[in-house]
Amino acid sequence: MVSPNTELAYNSKIEGDLVVTRADAVINWIRANSMWPMPMGLACCAIELMASAASRFDIARFGAEVFRFSPRQSDVMIVSGTVTYKMAPHVRRIYDQMAEPKWVIAMGACASSGGMYRSYATLQGVDRIVPVDVYISGCPPRPEALLDALMKLQAKVQRSPGTTKELLSASA
Amino acid sequence: MTAPADVFAAVQSQFPAVTARPTLDHPSINVPVGDVVAVLTHLRDVQSMDFLVDVTAVDWGVEATPRFSVVWHLLSTTKNNYVRVVAACGSDTEPVAPTISHLWAGANWHERETFDLLGVRFEGHPDLRRILMWDGYPHHPLRKDFPLAGIDTPLPDLEVGELTKATAAPAPMMGGPFVASVGEMNMTDAEPSAKDESWSERSNKPATL
Repeated sequence: MVSPNTELAYNSKIEGDLVVTRADAVINWIRANSMWPMPMGLACCAIELMASAASRFDIARFGAEVFRFSPRQSDVMIVSGTVTYKMAPHVRRIYDQMAEPKWVIAMGACASSGGMYRSYATLQGVDRIVPVDVYISGCPPRPEALLDALMKLQAKVQRSPGTTKELLSASA
Repeated sequence: MTAPADVFAAVQSQFPAVTARPTLDHPSINVPVGDVVAVLTHLRDVQSMDFLVDVTAVDWGVEATPRFSVVWHLLSTTKNNYVRVVAACGSDTEPVAPTISHLWAGANWHERETFDLLGVRFEGHPDLRRILMWDGYPHHPLRKDFPLAGIDTPLPDLEVGELTKATAAPAPMMGGPFVASVGEMNMTDAEPSAKDESWSERSNKPATL
C-alpha cells in the first residue's frame, strides 16, 4: 500500500520536543497506570489475589504489581474475603489511612454482599463501611476477573472529569 | 485395650454419683457438675485418657431444665478409646462449670469459646474473655433464643460506627436458611436456595405459615 505520508508518528524535528494535551488526561493516565493495591486479604479470595500477582496472571502488566502493606503508600484497596463485624472497623481504619486519591475493589461474593455468610458475625457487604468502585462476582473469582475489575477501574479513573480542578481546590 | 464398660465401672466405683448415658458411639457418662474436676483427673491419671479432644456445651432449649450441659471428650492415645463426659449446669440463666485448664492447657481456649458462644462461665479460668466475638458483644450467639440472622448491635468501634452509620444488623435471610439439593446434577438447581421463597426483607412473611 502506497501512502504519500510516510511519517505517521510524532516527529520531533518538525513539532519540537513538546506534546500538547490536557492536565486532566495526563494525571488520570498516570493514576490509572500505577495503581498500587492495598491487599486486604481476609479469606480464600486472597489466594486468587496472590495468584493474580504471580507470573501466570501477572498483574504487573497493568502497573499494579506493587502490593503495599502500608495504607500510606497504596491507591486501591482490594477487599478479598469475608469481612466479619469484628474486622470491619479495622478495614475502615485502614481505608481512612490511605492517601487520596483512593479506590476500593470488593473482590468476591463475601466482600460484595456477605456471600453465603448470612449470619450474625458477617458484614453484609463491605460497601456498608467503605465506598466501593468495582464489585467482582465469584466465589472466589478467578484472577482474570480481578484483572478485568482492575481494567474497569482504570477506565473509570481515565474518564474521571475535573481531576486538575480537584487538585487545585484541595491545595488552595 | 480397656473395654468401654470397664471405664464406666472403674469410674463408678470411685464416684457413685456417676451414671451411664445413652450413646450411639463411644462410652458416655453423666457426672454431677461438682465432681467434674475429680472425675476428669481420675480419667487422665488412672485411666490414661491423656488427650482432651474437645470441650463444648449444649443448649437444650429455652424451656428445658437443666438447660445447659457441658461436654468433654477424652481420648486415650495408648488404649485408643474415647470417653464422653457430660455435666448438666445447675443454673438455667447463669450456667457455671469448673475450669479444667490446669489439667489440660488446651482447655483454655475451648472454654473461652464455650463461654463466648453459649455463655457458660468456667470458674477458676485464668482469662475468661471472648475469643471469637469482640469484647463487649452483649449476646451469646449459639444459644437457642438467639436468631441466626443476629440482633442489631453497635460495631465494636463506636467511632467507625458513628462515621459509617453501620451496625452489626440482622443479616437478610430472604426465606432462608439456604439448603442445597443433594444429588442434583444440574448446577443451577444444585445451588443452595431458600426452602420458602414466598417472603423476603421487602415482602413480609405470610402470617398463615
